[in-house]
Amino acid sequence: MEKKEVLWIYQKMNEIRFFEEEVHRTFGKGLIPGFVHLYAGEEAVATGVMALLDDEDYITSTHRGHGHAIAKGCDIRGMMAEIMGKKDGLGGGKGGSMHVADVEKGMLGANGIVGGGFGLAAGAALSIKTLGRDNVAVCFFGDGASNEGTFHEGLNLASILNLPVIFVCENNQFGEGTPFRYASASETVAERASAYNMPGVRVDGMDVEAVYNATKEAIVRAKAGQGPTLIECDTYRMFGHFEGDEQKYKTDQDPNRDRDPIVELRAKAIQKGWMTETEANDIETAAKATIKDAVEFAEASPLPDLSSLYTDIFA
Amino acid sequence: MTKREVTFMTAITEAMAQAMRKDETVILIGTDVAGGAEVDHLVKDDGRYDDAFGGVFGLSKGLVTEFGRGRVIDTPIAEHGYFGAAVGAAATGLRPISELMFNDFIGFALDPILNQGAKMRYMFGGKAKIPLTVRTVHGAGAGAAAQHSQTLYGWFGSIPGVKVVVPSNPYDAKGLMLAAIEDDNLVVFSEDKMLYGMKGDVPEEYYTIEIGKANVVREGTDLTIVAIGKMVQVAQQTAETLQKDDISVEVIDLRTVAPWDQETVLNSVKKTGRLIVIDESNPHNNTATDIASVVADKAFDYLDGPIKTVCAPNTPVPFAHNLEQAYIPDVKKVLTVAEELIIDLQKKAVRV
Repeated sequence: MEKKEVLWIYQKMNEIRFFEEEVHRTFGKGLIPGFVHLYAGEEAVATGVMALLDDEDYITSTHRGHGHAIAKGCDIRGMMAEIMGKKDGLGGGKGGSMHVADVEKGMLGANGIVGGGFGLAAGAALSIKTLGRDNVAVCFFGDGASNEGTFHEGLNLASILNLPVIFVCENNQFGEGTPFRYASASETVAERASAYNMPGVRVDGMDVEAVYNATKEAIVRAKAGQGPTLIECDTYRMFGHFEGDEQKYKTDQDPNRDRDPIVELRAKAIQKGWMTETEANDIETAAKATIKDAVEFAEASPLPDLSSLYTDIFA
Repeated sequence: MTKREVTFMTAITEAMAQAMRKDETVILIGTDVAGGAEVDHLVKDDGRYDDAFGGVFGLSKGLVTEFGRGRVIDTPIAEHGYFGAAVGAAATGLRPISELMFNDFIGFALDPILNQGAKMRYMFGGKAKIPLTVRTVHGAGAGAAAQHSQTLYGWFGSIPGVKVVVPSNPYDAKGLMLAAIEDDNLVVFSEDKMLYGMKGDVPEEYYTIEIGKANVVREGTDLTIVAIGKMVQVAQQTAETLQKDDISVEVIDLRTVAPWDQETVLNSVKKTGRLIVIDESNPHNNTATDIASVVADKAFDYLDGPIKTVCAPNTPVPFAHNLEQAYIPDVKKVLTVAEELIIDLQKKAVRV
């Protein structure tokens, strides 16, 4: 990783963490309607992948999508307003937390349907291939989604059509409240890649450099016309499946439970000379300010006009 | 316009070919839309491809030869996967036609339509468009039994964000198909398999028929019959029979099931005072009941009798020929209902 990239990654990781902590507090105050799933703890995955993408690359996301959206460059004020159901939200307050999106930024949406992204990402990659663009599509999904039939359909289709798509599994150990080790017949998600004739790698999802390196290799393959790659990132979510989850299924032995990808990157980056202590402090301060500003913006934003209930159904 | 007689099937094939010639972003994706992928003896000497099926009914025959396998894409039998891909492609610059071989397979293809394609624009505050045409096949009569014969366009029609067109003849099939492909939204184009051999005048030129507008195919003053797809023929035959008794029937071909043309239907009912809707769907929660409810709400004062629906019974589609024929709404059933309605009215007239 280059210094510039590390600074960007550290900034985005902090923005995600502060954003999610703020959403957690705001939800607790009753200011956020509906269901919210927080990304905190998994920051190394979104940022390690997104450090290598630009606006013309596509991603599909999940119900736990705030981190992907921030790392893909979605407007943070617009995101916070969307999550609060306000008029200035990215979707005009009509999508909410589970549908944060910005197609112009290549973010094809958080998704309320577990496993909903496999086909969409394959389709975005089909557009890239058919229209002769030099880009990739990335499908983020959880370990829970890996047991949906669409995992099989999406990976198989992408492989036989040789599509420039990267399937990134965020294995945070639990599909809702059920441990992955119970729900999956295979020990890892990565090993299933061999069934679809594509490389499958399992990386330390708390180590952003490992995610970055695996993604870089997958992008080279995809752009060289060598088809899709499956990357499984071993990670952990700090909060529950949803806000309000008592997390009775968690144990002291859970892998990665005591790790924090942001703390780890900070130490490593300073040690390797990628980032100084002062730079780290400045980034943290700026990220906090960005989120504070987003909250103020969202709280000041009005509710959507009632007339907007009926718009944006057809183009 | 140059007119010639072609089949319903040819009209659809021609529409897809013309759309693909006009717009390079139009692709066709589905199971066996060509067939025979990577089979060496289906590659011609000039390097172009031959198809093994060209769709199970042969509707996309020849398209792979003209447009190649990059635009006529055979998929694995994995409807959820390739419908997801069709939605994803539509959101990112292509204009796909995705084929659901039989509408009965919707169970495997529903999420990309119901939760992704139909809702992305709304959830994203208007910042996405999904120019996707879903071609599918419905209808009983071919002895294909309970899992290949249902009429489910009403299911699609109940989803906000989805348009549904059902053509009744070759001319409409071509014009509505081209309109569906041009449309920037998710449009389900549902074909009754029993109409594939129907012949009719179809111009060679590219033309479109407006989605959302019904077609008054016969004007009348005593009774309105609204019909969908294959049922338009039943409505017309009923009208001819009733004409012999001097009962004047207005026949409306709905053409678009969602959003259906309330103005045309309501204006007709206001004129005739009587309404029958023929819909081959099962009898509850379908297009016919929806039309009945809207007309009861908005034209109640104009009605001279109850609104009648003639639908399939509340059973799966049976296999045996006699049972299947008994299942499908036909002229006899519509006439029985029409006569009840007319007799009721005549009695009422006498009482008055």
